[in-house]
Amino acid sequence: MPLLIILIVAVLVVLVVAIVVMYNGLVRSRLRVREAWSGIDVQLKRRASLIPNIVETVKGYAAHERQTLEAVTEARARLQQAGTPAQAAEANNQLTQTLRSLFAVAEQYPDLKANQNFLDLQRELADTEDKIAYARQFYNTNVLSYNAKIETFPSVIMANMFGFQPSEFFEAEEQAREDVKVSFSAPPAPPPPPAANG
Amino acid sequence: MAHLAPGTPGGSDERVLVYDRISSNKRQTWLMMLIFIVVAGGFASLVGYIVGLPVAAAPIVFAALIGYAMFSYYASAGVALAVSSAREVSKQDEPDFYRVVENLAIGSGLPMPKVYVIEDSAPNAFATGRDPQHAAVTATRGLLNKLDRAELEGVIAHEMSHVGNYDIRVMTITVVLVGVIALLADLFMRWTWFGSGSREGNKDRGGSAYAILLVVAILLAILAPLVAQLIQLAVSRQREYLADASGALLCRNPGALADALEKITADPEPLKEANKATAHLYFSNPLREHDSFLNNLFSTHPPVEERIKLLRAM
Repeated sequence: MPLLIILIVAVLVVLVVAIVVMYNGLVRSRLRVREAWSGIDVQLKRRASLIPNIVETVKGYAAHERQTLEAVTEARARLQQAGTPAQAAEANNQLTQTLRSLFAVAEQYPDLKANQNFLDLQRELADTEDKIAYARQFYNTNVLSYNAKIETFPSVIMANMFGFQPSEFFEAEEQAREDVKVSFSAPPAPPPPPAANG
Repeated sequence: MAHLAPGTPGGSDERVLVYDRISSNKRQTWLMMLIFIVVAGGFASLVGYIVGLPVAAAPIVFAALIGYAMFSYYASAGVALAVSSAREVSKQDEPDFYRVVENLAIGSGLPMPKVYVIEDSAPNAFATGRDPQHAAVTATRGLLNKLDRAELEGVIAHEMSHVGNYDIRVMTITVVLVGVIALLADLFMRWTWFGSGSREGNKDRGGSAYAILLVVAILLAILAPLVAQLIQLAVSRQREYLADASGALLCRNPGALADALEKITADPEPLKEANKATAHLYFSNPLREHDSFLNNLFSTHPPVEERIKLLRAM
């Protein structure tokens, strides 16, 4: 009889320990995702803070390019209002596109292109873009590992019990993805047909 | 490359692997310190016994060695940087290099390491420190001048992988613990040869001293391969292959890392400040006289051709 009690107690202890370990693992994973997100957030804020300066500088030389300038300012406002990673990613990609047209416009103004302040800001923005790309890479790796954890057995049980939600990826803009494809030597092949007898 | 991209489920396995590497490296550091204390303490006690010191001196020797091991745990990075004549640089001094390090620190989720430059035209790089919070990344002037940005990112990504998985701890402590034995052995051998050649006159006093030196020299000759073995332990070739692979994963450009290796190997200039104690820290073996017996014994890096081949296949 006492053997049975010991057995039950042992099973209970193992169960409790397993639950604690799994729960802590999930919390740690989620914390890593949040930390990684703050890495992106810092760079997004830095990027947003550079925009008014560059808009002002361009205005000094090309005030009548109002449409382009407004598009940039608008995209910046949207980035600052973004609540979720997916919204932030979308706003950030939009900002990248509007900035691209801003710099294309700037090509037509030799005085602007020679302005040291403009050149500095352009370099800063390029650097921020690089850093966002690296921060995104780190963030997405963490999201992948966290999401995998809360969707696989046995931690999925804990995730459901304690309401762990999957995190959103920070998606690269379409343009960037196409650029990556170009770097492969093989020509872009059409997607393989779905297996008919699957 | 495709099978390594974090977009695949392999990404989470990769992280587990890194955690395994970290604990293995921490264990190896302790092992290294222990072996050092036992070997060096045993050796010193033996010499002391031959010379005729009292047995009571042995505990003092061991205490001093333990103190030295603890000191080296905290100070070895500084020593490694100092003997390489590395100088710390700020973002204003080296904006491009600094930014590359910043980007890769962000990409690997590590704190920003200190950034150093060695004024030497031979292209090379190393990372040091006892943990990622106290890490330093060093590049030579030659590396900064001769590589393009993508290649530099590749090399620094390789170094950041060493930082992230605590390779730097084992590798750096090896410089100070094992390097000092190699250095002493070198010194002692030379001293013995020098001493045997001169002072033919005072034979009775010189004779017994010479016998002691001979014994020490023989012991050191036995010890030297052991020391080499220890360095091998710290800098297994596996460690370099692994840093290449995770560096490629980090910078997303294994081709650039392979290009950088090719450029560095093709460069004929030897690194002036490198020696046997610090050689294993570097991105690429800085000692050029490849074929000598001692260098093969101390060979710490896998063959470059093999590394390039593996990177090209990614």
